[in-house]
Amino acid sequence: MTAVLEVRDLKVRFSTPDGEVSAVNGVSFDINEGECLGIVGESGSGKSQLFMAVMGLLARNGRTEGSAKYRGTELVGMPVKELNTYRGSKLAMIFQDSMTSLTPHLRIGKQMTEVLIQHKGMSEADARGKALDILELVRIPEAARRLNQYPHELSGGMRQRVMIAMSLLCEPDLLIADEPTTALDVTVQAQILELMADLKRVTRAAIVLITHELGTVAGLCDRVQVMYGGRFMETGDVRQIFYNPQHPYTNGLLSSMPRLTEDRREKLYAIPGQPPNLQRLPAGCPFQERCDFVHERCVAELPLLRPVTNAAGTGQMKACHLESLQHPVDDPSRASIPADAAPPVIRTSDARTA
Amino acid sequence: MTTELLRVEDLRVHFPIRTGGLVFGKYQPLKAVDGVSFELKQGETLGIVGESGCGKSTLGRAILRLIEPTDGKVVWLGKEEITGLKGEALRAKRADMQIVFQDPLASLNPRMTVGDIIGEPLTVFQPNMPKDARKALVKDMMAKVGLLPQMINRYPHEFSGGQCQRIGIARAMILKPKMVVCDEPVSALDVSIQAQIVNLLMDLQADMGLSLLFISHDLSVVRHVSHRVMVLYLGKVMEIADRDAIYVAPLHPYTQALISAVPVPDPDVEKSKARIVLGGDLPSPMNPPSGCVFRTRCPRATDLCAREAPTLEEKAPGHRVACHHWGVPGKGHGLENDPVQPGMLPTLG
Ligand SMILES: Nc1ncnc2c1ncn2[C@@H]1O[C@H](COP(=O)(O)OP(=O)(O)OP(=O)(O)O)[C@@H](O)[C@H]1O
Ligand code: SF4
Ligand code: SF4
Ligand SMILES: [Mg+2]
Repeated sequence: MTAVLEVRDLKVRFSTPDGEVSAVNGVSFDINEGECLGIVGESGSGKSQLFMAVMGLLARNGRTEGSAKYRGTELVGMPVKELNTYRGSKLAMIFQDSMTSLTPHLRIGKQMTEVLIQHKGMSEADARGKALDILELVRIPEAARRLNQYPHELSGGMRQRVMIAMSLLCEPDLLIADEPTTALDVTVQAQILELMADLKRVTRAAIVLITHELGTVAGLCDRVQVMYGGRFMETGDVRQIFYNPQHPYTNGLLSSMPRLTEDRREKLYAIPGQPPNLQRLPAGCPFQERCDFVHERCVAELPLLRPVTNAAGTGQMKACHLESLQHPVDDPSRASIPADAAPPVIRTSDARTA
Repeated sequence: MTTELLRVEDLRVHFPIRTGGLVFGKYQPLKAVDGVSFELKQGETLGIVGESGCGKSTLGRAILRLIEPTDGKVVWLGKEEITGLKGEALRAKRADMQIVFQDPLASLNPRMTVGDIIGEPLTVFQPNMPKDARKALVKDMMAKVGLLPQMINRYPHEFSGGQCQRIGIARAMILKPKMVVCDEPVSALDVSIQAQIVNLLMDLQADMGLSLLFISHDLSVVRHVSHRVMVLYLGKVMEIADRDAIYVAPLHPYTQALISAVPVPDPDVEKSKARIVLGGDLPSPMNPPSGCVFRTRCPRATDLCAREAPTLEEKAPGHRVACHHWGVPGKGHGLENDPVQPGMLPTLG
């Protein structure tokens, strides 16, 4: 397996009038060719800023430390001019808000052909042909007519397709999609998800899907990284994370979701409290204030990502001092476990594969 | 839970929209809510689902008379017509009907303390209540919704989104209303906070015997909280039934598509299921299709659907559907081959 992107100990800091914001706090991971990686976490957990840093798109008050290598070439600290030869051609990003990412006063065709002329040195006519092909690939009806339209003349779902089309123009190696369906209606979201699943089959690009929607990740991704307070809490393949979550946060998130397929009108499990303040992260585990299993060690010592011992298969990692959610008793200094702690997630699918 | 609290009859809200130029332009109605009828029982939660522009929020506001309905009736407890109330009588009625909004922070006055925000309905409706008594009630309510009573003098911006929603809920509940319209109350909140607020609303409902109109585009949350569910499309009711009937055996092709479109957090199910993917986009409510409003995207549409709008009819006890070719997938009535197949719905139970 060849890594398209290798990220090592990446940190993102923002300086603000009321102090420094620690948005991303030392994350390391690889993305391999052809894989689809899901980044999940709640608002403010650092999902977007992590990849904005990789793309060199941080706001002015932000700075990046650490390393992010695209096929061996360091991107952190690369001059903008050089970075521009990668952005849009090797690395492409799709955003949630298609209206602000497309240039409002330029026709769709012009926006698309400019990229090709600039990056690929194509002639105007060739570029137009290619743009048309790509619009058809993302199944835009009446593609030829769309080339002459302005972004505001298209519906939200159609604009999202145009954005995806634009990101594919130069056949990127790495496609980063930041909440690509969050702003869309359910039935339009289904269209875009189907399109993304198709793209996964037909392009060789590695895809990163950033989202807080666990259902979307379950459908598209091969691997998942769960973020909280700017760190990875748990990583693993998609079945490990959904069927055998080993971190209290992942387990809590999955338990707190009402399920379309489950009929229960009892209480939902709710993770208590609120996400941490990134200007005043506690020493030790970032999840300690909300964790049912918190004990002395969690307050004193930051848990680092380590392989999960009872994982189904290999590759699952968690950042937690507990040995297991079922038997959280390996630490003599533990606090007592409350009776209403998150129940371990057990699904019928486990039984099927066991 | 048998007494009817509210009956809505053929409610319509049409907004005049100016089209064309200033001189030769004319007004054309945008039919945001177009002939909606349903009833809400005491202590019941009715979920209202549908996509953007289907009229969910307008419907909620029109029932409360925050927007003036164009036509139709809203009847309270079988006798009093809310739609006919004026002045003082309408104002008094508002004590029984409250609303919780989607955007927690934006719906709170930034210059008022939390105590004043929560207590405001008391100052309006019970102006003679002594200050101390009011403060005590506010503190009680704060504790009930999970806010620390000692934060009574803080301002909204000092609170998180989830806490602001608790403030909005406390304010809606302080007069002990009989009905609360919840307009996307958890959509703006983080997943982990959503569960807290859903639990709170359900607890308060059980405590106070409240009726809720729970408006949401999130079908999973709606299934969890609702007793019955109503599905809207372009201002019209497509289907209304008990929660289980809607989710396990929906009869309308739109409901079937909506449910099949929801991504479920289960990789094996999600990666293997065939969904009903509707073509096209929502039509503009300014220019709805002839006949059945759903026909431009409906997999079962026939010529009949373009000619004649289906009426909302009871097809099973308590289960009303507006469709010429209603039926469970694979058994579309009046069609030789039903394009909607059983495997396209997730197995629910
Ligand atoms: N320019 C900036 N200045 C200061 N803080 C910032 C800036 N940009 C982002 N942040 C902060 O960095 C943190 C991480 O933000 P990020 O956008 O990565 O979150 P996210 O996980 O993508 O959340 P969401 O789900 O809301 O998109 C947040 O606390 C955010 O407020
Ligand atoms: S390290 Fe401690 S506080 Fe953090 S998740 Fe694990 S048990 Fe909870
Ligand atoms: S009436 Fe016709 S177009 Fe409308 S939902 Fe039924 S089958 Fe579809
Ligand atoms: Mg983001």
